[in-house]
Amino acid sequence: MIDAIIASALTLSVPLVLAALGGAIHRRAGVVNIGLEAHMLTGALFGAVVSGATGNWALGALAGLFAGAVTGGLMSLLITRLKGNEIIVGLGFNIVVFGVIGYVLRAGFGVSGTLQIEGLERLPRLDIPGVADVPVLGALISGKDPLFWLCIVLVPVLAWLLKNSRWGVRLRATGASETASSSLGLRTLDIRDGAGIIAGALAALGGVALSLGTVGLFNENMTAGRGYVALAAFYFGRSRPLPTALACVLFGFFDALQIRLQTVGGFSADIISTLPYIAVVVVLALTGIREYSRSARKLS
Amino acid sequence: MSSTSTASVPGSGPAAIRCRIGARGVSRSFGPVRANVDVTLSVRPGTVHAVVGENGAGKSTLMRILYGLDQPDSGHVVIDDEEIALTSPRAAIARRIGLVQQELAIIPELSLLENLVLGEEPVRFGRIDWATALRRAEELSASVGVDIDWKAGAALTSIAIQQQVEILRLVYRGADVLILDEPTAVLAPAQAEELLRLLSSLRDAGRTVIFISHKLDEVVGVADHITVLRSGRTITEIARGEIDREGLAALIVGDSEVAERSVSRGDPGETVLVVEGVSAKDDRAVLRLDDVSFEVRSGEILGVAAVAGNGQEELAEVLIGIRGAASGDIRLDGASIGRASIRKRRLAGLGYVSADRKHEGLALGLSLADNSIATPALHGLARGGWLGPRRVAERVKEVLDRAAVRYGSSSDPASSLSGGNQQRVVLGRETIGNPRVLVASQPTRGVDVRGIGYIHELLRRARDEGAAIVLFSEELDELRELSDRIVVLHRGQVAGMLPGEASRSEIGALMLGNHSPEDDNPDADVPDDPTPGHPRSPRGGETV
Repeated sequence: MIDAIIASALTLSVPLVLAALGGAIHRRAGVVNIGLEAHMLTGALFGAVVSGATGNWALGALAGLFAGAVTGGLMSLLITRLKGNEIIVGLGFNIVVFGVIGYVLRAGFGVSGTLQIEGLERLPRLDIPGVADVPVLGALISGKDPLFWLCIVLVPVLAWLLKNSRWGVRLRATGASETASSSLGLRTLDIRDGAGIIAGALAALGGVALSLGTVGLFNENMTAGRGYVALAAFYFGRSRPLPTALACVLFGFFDALQIRLQTVGGFSADIISTLPYIAVVVVLALTGIREYSRSARKLS
Repeated sequence: MSSTSTASVPGSGPAAIRCRIGARGVSRSFGPVRANVDVTLSVRPGTVHAVVGENGAGKSTLMRILYGLDQPDSGHVVIDDEEIALTSPRAAIARRIGLVQQELAIIPELSLLENLVLGEEPVRFGRIDWATALRRAEELSASVGVDIDWKAGAALTSIAIQQQVEILRLVYRGADVLILDEPTAVLAPAQAEELLRLLSSLRDAGRTVIFISHKLDEVVGVADHITVLRSGRTITEIARGEIDREGLAALIVGDSEVAERSVSRGDPGETVLVVEGVSAKDDRAVLRLDDVSFEVRSGEILGVAAVAGNGQEELAEVLIGIRGAASGDIRLDGASIGRASIRKRRLAGLGYVSADRKHEGLALGLSLADNSIATPALHGLARGGWLGPRRVAERVKEVLDRAAVRYGSSSDPASSLSGGNQQRVVLGRETIGNPRVLVASQPTRGVDVRGIGYIHELLRRARDEGAAIVLFSEELDELRELSDRIVVLHRGQVAGMLPGEASRSEIGALMLGNHSPEDDNPDADVPDDPTPGHPRSPRGGETV
């Protein structure tokens, strides 16, 4: 049972990690991306449709990534060039994308809510021979899909790039002080647009993990607030890749636990299903307390 | 104008060039204010050149023009003996000119090394070559004789180090002319000395340095040449050794200035405000006010003098109630207000002119009308919860007229006014209801000379109408001109109470915690913040 929860927690973490890493990058560039939900939903739809059309999961994932890059880039342009308020623009994207997708489902596919696609190829599971049956370890690394491994690679790579690449240093500088950075000749708006595109693309891949992962279909409510949970995760992780990813795993764990508890019975399913979201509130409260004591310690 | 004819030029500029950077007949006006009038400046290559003058003499405007941030109405910038139009900072940078403004462009979240190389990072195989960056950084700091821990986070280093990094960044990026706008204003004395040594090292390495300063000792000690500005005009240029600080002070102020100062004292009546044993802590829980007591009478201006960071900001905040007192009490007309809310204090007759005009004094985005009536003391305008448009309009006009605000329409946003006019709106609003007490914190900060006169007039008028005024100012002469008495704070305690006629040196000695004046120097320099690394004011320690 432990193994089952671990495996399930990691699987459920993947969409969160991808979206949260995207959000963290954008945050480091100085923009809070409220629109992660919209990018995830876009990625989930395009991933499902293209995977269905081509019968190839990789093409589906690429299509989702590209679609997310486009919505992410559009959103960033509204913020950087038209000086839109990032919160309002992000919320607006969430609402508009949800509405447009609902319309497309009805008008284009003749369904409402859920889109089942013939010939859709789900993400493959990579079993590791010899490890699969080892307790705990097997649950940790065997039977995972490619996007899980992408997360494993992305966390250290992004951390390294932030520290050691031109892109990373300039991104952090832009996020920390735009006026100082632009006075040094950095193209801060371009840097922010780049970060917005990356955020959109990664969040969309998170959406692909949802639609091509466990279920193999698209539902207009399938993100279920995960874009906002990702927001909480990078806030908790102070936009550093590893802590952000670990926060996502924590939320994933509560999600897995919640699913498990529903099958046990004895509690109201409605209350149990709120568990991951309560975890988010608790973690955010803890973050607030930590920040408070940190600043108090620094001052004393 | 006395121009010096130095034959040999120190440093290594191209032999033929006489003026590396300068101005020829530069004039620049902002509305009615003539910031620069036919200004001439000529800085020889490889020299340190100081530009001095009173606040509002046009120094900063000139520096902005030299860096391409502002363009002259007439006249030219001269670079390498050539008259050119410097249209943007980019053009200035291309001519190897760099500017260090008072607001540093250091990014606190990055390390000092990252700050240094940002934008021109050495890269090897796609990765920033930190070893090369560090080697270059250390060569740079060693070449000018400063010791910098390049790997430290910028947020954790003192403002002096940050400033050195900002200067070295200009050098790293190839600047050959360095313009510094009051670089020592925010530094403690030892830090300022180190900075001046750094400037000398840069000069010795062949670079050209221009700096603005109010501290005449350092100007006389370090600058190869000094240009004096007064009321936007070039008064003279002097070479090193030709003048001492007293002579320089006389040139800066001009002969007539001292005589022109109008001093009028109040006619104090009954005691209105009593401050009793008040202590308070700052945001970092450090004790900033320690058992402070004083009284202020009706029709009296009590000046508060202190070196920045000695508790005067906290005192102002405690008086109005923005900051809670840790102990002690405040009484207004006998009633305790020490624990009362800001609203209650205001209703009891307390007016407040914040040192932070743009954030606390006004709501810049709102109209002049809204700003003019935005205080609980004026709620008499409302009948049954409704504001009557006519009553409001009358009151707005009354406030704006009282303060002689120059404005277009009362529906214009407050942000459309100049700083001095904005401050007049605040003063008009805070004094119109005949407040019992007026707490005025740095009321003339950032206001030009003419505007200062209006503000002084408004303060005197409120005094004559019976207000008890507590005036906080960094300008000793302003305090001496307006105050009936001056209370001096040192390390949060009352160091002494002096009459308004007290000399600068008497006040200065108390500000430093000495109980008797050390010398009779009328311009006794006031050293900076005794708590290093915690500078509060960009204008602390002025001497002229």
